[in-house]
Amino acid sequence: MEFLNSILVKPFSDMFAAPDFLIQVLWEGLVAGVLYALIALGFVLIYKSSRIFNFAQGIMVVFAALTLVGLHEKGVPALLAVPMTLGVMFLLAVAIERVVLRPLVNQPDIILFMATIGITLFLVGFGELIFGGENKVMITEQLHIPTGSFEFEPFGGFVSIEQKDVTAVIGAVLLVGGLILFLNRSKMGRAIRALGDDHQAALSVGISLSTIWVLVWFIAGVIALATGIVWGARAGVSFALEVIAFKALPVLMLGGLESVLGAIVGGIAIGVLEKLFEIYWGQPLLGGNTETWFAFVFALIVLLFRPQGLFGERIIERV
Amino acid sequence: MNIHVSPQPTDTADDGIAPGGVLMEVRNVSLSFGGVKAITDISFDVRKGEIRAIIGPNGAGKTSMLNVINGFYTPQQGTIVFRGRERRAMKPHHAVRQGIARTFQNVALFKGMSTLDNIMAGRSVLMRRKLFWQMLWHGPALAEEIAHRRVVEEIIDFLEIQHIRRVPVGKLPYGLQKRVELGRALAMEPSLLLLDEPMAGMNLEEKEDMSRFILDVNRQRGTTIALIEHDMGVVMDLSDRVVVLDYGKKIADGPPDEVKSNQQVIDAYLGVAH
Amino acid sequence: MLYRTAGQFKTSYYADHALFPVRQDAMLLGFILLLAFVVFPMTADEFVFKALLVPVLIYALAALGLNILTGFAGQLSLGTGAFMGVGAYACYKLVSIFPEMNIVVAIALSGFFSAAVGVAFGLPSLRIKGFYLAIATLAAQFFLVWLFEKWAWLYNYNSSGAIQVPNIDMFGVTVAGPNASAVVQYYFVLCVVSLITLLSINITRGRIGRIWKSVRDMDIAAELVGINLMKAKLSAFAVSSYIVGIAGALFVFLWRGAAEPVLFDIPLSFRVLFIAIIGGLGSILGNYLGAILIVALPVVISALPSALGLPVSSATVEHLNTMIIGALIIAFLIIEPHGLARFWAIIREKLIMWPFPH
Repeated sequence: MEFLNSILVKPFSDMFAAPDFLIQVLWEGLVAGVLYALIALGFVLIYKSSRIFNFAQGIMVVFAALTLVGLHEKGVPALLAVPMTLGVMFLLAVAIERVVLRPLVNQPDIILFMATIGITLFLVGFGELIFGGENKVMITEQLHIPTGSFEFEPFGGFVSIEQKDVTAVIGAVLLVGGLILFLNRSKMGRAIRALGDDHQAALSVGISLSTIWVLVWFIAGVIALATGIVWGARAGVSFALEVIAFKALPVLMLGGLESVLGAIVGGIAIGVLEKLFEIYWGQPLLGGNTETWFAFVFALIVLLFRPQGLFGERIIERV
Repeated sequence: MNIHVSPQPTDTADDGIAPGGVLMEVRNVSLSFGGVKAITDISFDVRKGEIRAIIGPNGAGKTSMLNVINGFYTPQQGTIVFRGRERRAMKPHHAVRQGIARTFQNVALFKGMSTLDNIMAGRSVLMRRKLFWQMLWHGPALAEEIAHRRVVEEIIDFLEIQHIRRVPVGKLPYGLQKRVELGRALAMEPSLLLLDEPMAGMNLEEKEDMSRFILDVNRQRGTTIALIEHDMGVVMDLSDRVVVLDYGKKIADGPPDEVKSNQQVIDAYLGVAH
Repeated sequence: MLYRTAGQFKTSYYADHALFPVRQDAMLLGFILLLAFVVFPMTADEFVFKALLVPVLIYALAALGLNILTGFAGQLSLGTGAFMGVGAYACYKLVSIFPEMNIVVAIALSGFFSAAVGVAFGLPSLRIKGFYLAIATLAAQFFLVWLFEKWAWLYNYNSSGAIQVPNIDMFGVTVAGPNASAVVQYYFVLCVVSLITLLSINITRGRIGRIWKSVRDMDIAAELVGINLMKAKLSAFAVSSYIVGIAGALFVFLWRGAAEPVLFDIPLSFRVLFIAIIGGLGSILGNYLGAILIVALPVVISALPSALGLPVSSATVEHLNTMIIGALIIAFLIIEPHGLARFWAIIREKLIMWPFPH
């Protein structure tokens, strides 16, 4: 009885007892969720256009952030470092297409997946070799990102919302909006979606595979840089950020590998839920640090009931 | 050719149904996906020892019908009576255990495995030795392996595929793959064999070979066969009775000659407006 | 001429089912066993045992376990490290609760714990396929490592949170713990690994191996030839996790001597996965070839600069190592997606033909 009370009643009564704290928790979860969604989005783009399960998406986030900070450390002004980093991400996209994807075209999915693990390792080693393995500080102020905080006092309590988080959410919304416009309105965007639906058909109407792949990996690189700046501002820049890269995976399980909407909804849902679980169940009952696994276990349980994910299409098996 | 029945007793052995008696009956089966009706209220039977053809234009629901018979799809309505036992939902591997084997329209072989292993895989259900004996290998597991290998080698001889015994089937031409797939189905020692377009994509010579194999299986082993085929010449020559489907409905059922002259069948194939 | 197979005819199915139908293969294996059991122990020093021979064997065993699941049964797993951890912690608890228990028995039993956990996390494979399943195995990875950290009972409530291997004797000889000698540990690991490899070869070449491969190649067709997918997948999870668990127990008890939860984290899972990929999925020999490469590479990379007189820091060596392994994986996938084992098969084919070109 005591036990049931502690898992079923007490967490909720705690929430209502301190609504200001609940709002703070929800906001923190939302910000984390937006970042998960961004990483997942880069992933979905690549999967949709090439059927490649890009394990390297998370590491691209770290690599982009590290390049940005590293360039600034070497004396490049912050506002110039951003376009230069984008240039590096473009070169990376070209290199990946030339060296990895082109020779492996038409190989089974699992081979391409393994190749992206190879890319991941290569980037980790390469990044550490050039920029060093120690933790770095994101150049938040140099990029003119506001660092103060908004403070509210709802229900007689106290809520503090950091301005850089607000910037992050606004930036993410703009990025996603732009991306959706690009996919639905531009010729290139439609080509990317066509490629996702049917490779052969897209090729037969004259869409160049390599151009699109470079483009898609570059877009994924841009998203990675945006995510890297924001997350780096919150947690510092090092390959420890890899951990958040893994978080994008349960988001994908939940949202479906091909759904843009799924990535966004799944990301936010997981960000908020894992925060709530950690604060109200994990810390008091399980010794804390449940954020390492909650997202995976939650996605796994959902998947047991909906194997195609929340937004995937129902699979009819044929023989 | 003389393929002997495996030493283990399986429930496929003797079913007490006299030749010519009803082996399997489809009763009022309907199947739909979402809102799309694939099969509407179809009934027919298969008698023991006969070759039964299921024909119809593309999209008539033939493959769906086979999928219902071997338990891959569960119909929304109706039942299948196989050897006197009635069922609606069952797992495909249970259907195999009851003695229903099949081949597929698009060859469904295990591409990374050799011809020999593919056909041996068909005998998985008949093999008994568990993990413990498998680990030791020498002794009962090896004895069992070799007993089944003998049966499989006889099937390989019968289908004239000795030369490709060790070749991974992914590397074989289509016609040979079809033959290996038939071999795998035969290895299961079925009492009812379902063939989904056994001659699709074959040249004349390959078709003749395949027809010969089908007839031999039927005559020498007494295996009952239900097949889907588009080549009307083959269907009319091989089969004892024909059931015709169109838009998921049964439009004719009877001996080949009778069906051939049925006006509805002619309309269906020539595409008269409904 | 060395590998001439002409003239070696099989006159019975028994002869055809021998472990090595080709005589030269058996002789080659005999030679390798001679090296492993006689020559290496007589010539190797402490460093070679600790840095090369023992880790190669243990990693090869872990990769063999993973290969049964991924290479033979087609179920991709990214949680190998955590399952090694289950084996290690189970062995630690068995040894602390029953100090009299023979270490071989303890290790053999600890495999059953990882097998049980493996089956539990394998259950989703009945509903979830492909990449979704791979991500699901990460749930096991992260959850189990968290559990190793938070469940103090597992490490006997000691303040460091790590497990320490005590001195363990078997028949009067110390085999594990700080006092054990490297040669004894090497022999111990070699015997366990050889035995499990032999049993695995037997399982994979018979009925169960065929069932796993059928599920890997086309699960729907496997079901339609009468294979019970649930049994096939879960048995693969069980056998695979059992072997991985044993590898984990050896990893801590016969090699590292101590372990913290973080040791079993994602990098370990990936290292084992790379060994399996580079060695060759669906191969048994490949696990050894892959393990030799992955274990020896950092040793070579760190030894090379000093041999050439270049000053390179140890951190740089580690980064270079990561980078080179990443590049190697990509190179291998492009040149030969089936790994080192396939390379050997091709060389062997050539040898059979040699010295004639066709």
